[in-house]
Amino acid sequence: MEVTVSDRIVYLDNAAATRLDERVLEAMAPYYLDTYAVATSQFGYSLGIEARDALDDARTRIAAALGATPEEFVFTSGDTESSNMALKGVAMALGAKKGRHIITSAIEDFAVLHSARALERQGFEVTLLPVDGHGRIDPDALRGALRRDTILVSVQAANQEIGTLQDIEAIGAICREHDVLFHTDATHSFPRVPLDVRRMPVDLVTISAHLIHGPRGIGGLYVREGTPLVKWMDGGFQENNMRAGVENIPGAVGFARAVELVTPEETARLQAMRDHLIAELLHVPDARLNGHPEFRLPHNANISFRYVEGESVLLHLDMRGFAVSTGSACFSRSLEASHVILGIGGDHERAHGSVRFTFGRYNTEDDVDAVVGAITDVITNLRAISPLGKE
Amino acid sequence: MPLPYSELVMEHFRNPRNVGRIDDPDAKSIEGSPACGDMVAVYLKVDAETQRIDDIKFESYGCASNIATGSIITELAKGKTLDEAKAISWQQASEALGGLPPIKTHCSVLAVDGLRAAIQNYEERHGLVTERVPTTVEEVRRRLKHVMNPVVGLDLVRTKLVDEIEVTDGTVRIAVDLPSDHQFANNIRNDIVEKIEPLWDVERVLVEFSD
Repeated sequence: MEVTVSDRIVYLDNAAATRLDERVLEAMAPYYLDTYAVATSQFGYSLGIEARDALDDARTRIAAALGATPEEFVFTSGDTESSNMALKGVAMALGAKKGRHIITSAIEDFAVLHSARALERQGFEVTLLPVDGHGRIDPDALRGALRRDTILVSVQAANQEIGTLQDIEAIGAICREHDVLFHTDATHSFPRVPLDVRRMPVDLVTISAHLIHGPRGIGGLYVREGTPLVKWMDGGFQENNMRAGVENIPGAVGFARAVELVTPEETARLQAMRDHLIAELLHVPDARLNGHPEFRLPHNANISFRYVEGESVLLHLDMRGFAVSTGSACFSRSLEASHVILGIGGDHERAHGSVRFTFGRYNTEDDVDAVVGAITDVITNLRAISPLGKE
Repeated sequence: MPLPYSELVMEHFRNPRNVGRIDDPDAKSIEGSPACGDMVAVYLKVDAETQRIDDIKFESYGCASNIATGSIITELAKGKTLDEAKAISWQQASEALGGLPPIKTHCSVLAVDGLRAAIQNYEERHGLVTERVPTTVEEVRRRLKHVMNPVVGLDLVRTKLVDEIEVTDGTVRIAVDLPSDHQFANNIRNDIVEKIEPLWDVERVLVEFSD
């Protein structure tokens, strides 16, 4: 099999999807082609036992990266399912017993936000914590929002658009004080920003393979031992009877390999490119950084350019061979401006003019220089035809 | 390139015609706002004798279809009389571009509204307008024909999403046959307010969803 990295596209949308690493593909291939059996019990046939061993091994390796035991890690189809499972599973477990109040933040990804909204329609109460101008929640606001009937706090480890990292340790500590379960969506940070559940007061953690050069369709949920969680998707008894459905063994094996291939050295390299890009783009007039300047994902840059609209920027960059993302309404499937930029107090114009650049394994310093040149040009051209910003 | 836009849209997006400003224009308009994410400014030079549009330029803040529709309406309107130009419809603009994706039809409406607003500005400046009349249900319905249902790319009236219109003492109440958690509910609400609020005697616009 021949795999080549396209030299035509400078891909800077690694927070949306990443190119699969060949080494991940190599690790997965035998579980499609040779050991393709379903994971059987220990009394099954040997091919099935071999498959089950591979699944257990993958589970152990990913759990280890989180500081968890293998029993505490459940494979899912991805971060969306994991977050649904956390919110709805806890709601089903504690809704009748303890209460029906859930706290989350205003800038969560849709899996959390819309799960909370769905629970709201079923009679749960949801408090959306506001965030500051950099996208961080105020621990005191959380303290003030906690109630006797609060059953779950869900605050992301890192934001999908602006890259802001939350103070998970402080948030978790407050939840512990009040004996409330804490879920964090670490899809965008794990494992580039380490999260060790032995040290961190978290009960549930959503992770996924698709943003770390692993396969699509595989993710997981860390569930601290003893966490009340009702199985919400019915079917077979897989995953310790926590998640039904035939196990995605090639995916699990690929996920484990993908986690191990992320190194602190690589993350430092992405961060250096990111820092270089931000420094260069802030030279563009009327450009500003979205998100926290310090507490942010190492591979994320998000800049708003005034007087231009993101979809136009994106299309012009596409014609020049660059792939980026925007928080503009025109680009979204609901025609709504980014709830994240609005959530940090930005106006619609700032959301429409926001451009997200996210780095991955296959980016080089040359990409930074190239995209800086292209975007400077595109912004200048679009501003020339814009009615805004001229007097 | 696998894009949702036609070749013509991309061509006008890449090389917009008649772009920029006219110094000392005979009329100008700005439709849309930065908040909505799209905005078109139209500038006119009109021959006072023949009422023909001698020159027309536009500026755009918006997505590719916004830029392309701004460009195409300048081509369609140039050389036409004001009456002819007024009759240009968003469907014509869209067809002239080889069609737009349904979710983007509101851009062609914005461009056409921009052209009409510039013509109206000309008429006002030259004393050609009649008196202001109070807003009626019919006028509201007419304007709602310029609010698009992004699912199909046709207006709210034609897709039978307008259940009820009520006009009382400066308040316009519009009942829309969509649940409030519909994918485009917020977008449609904002669009309705944007189209109805500028009416001179309207103080409040209430958009009600089916739940």
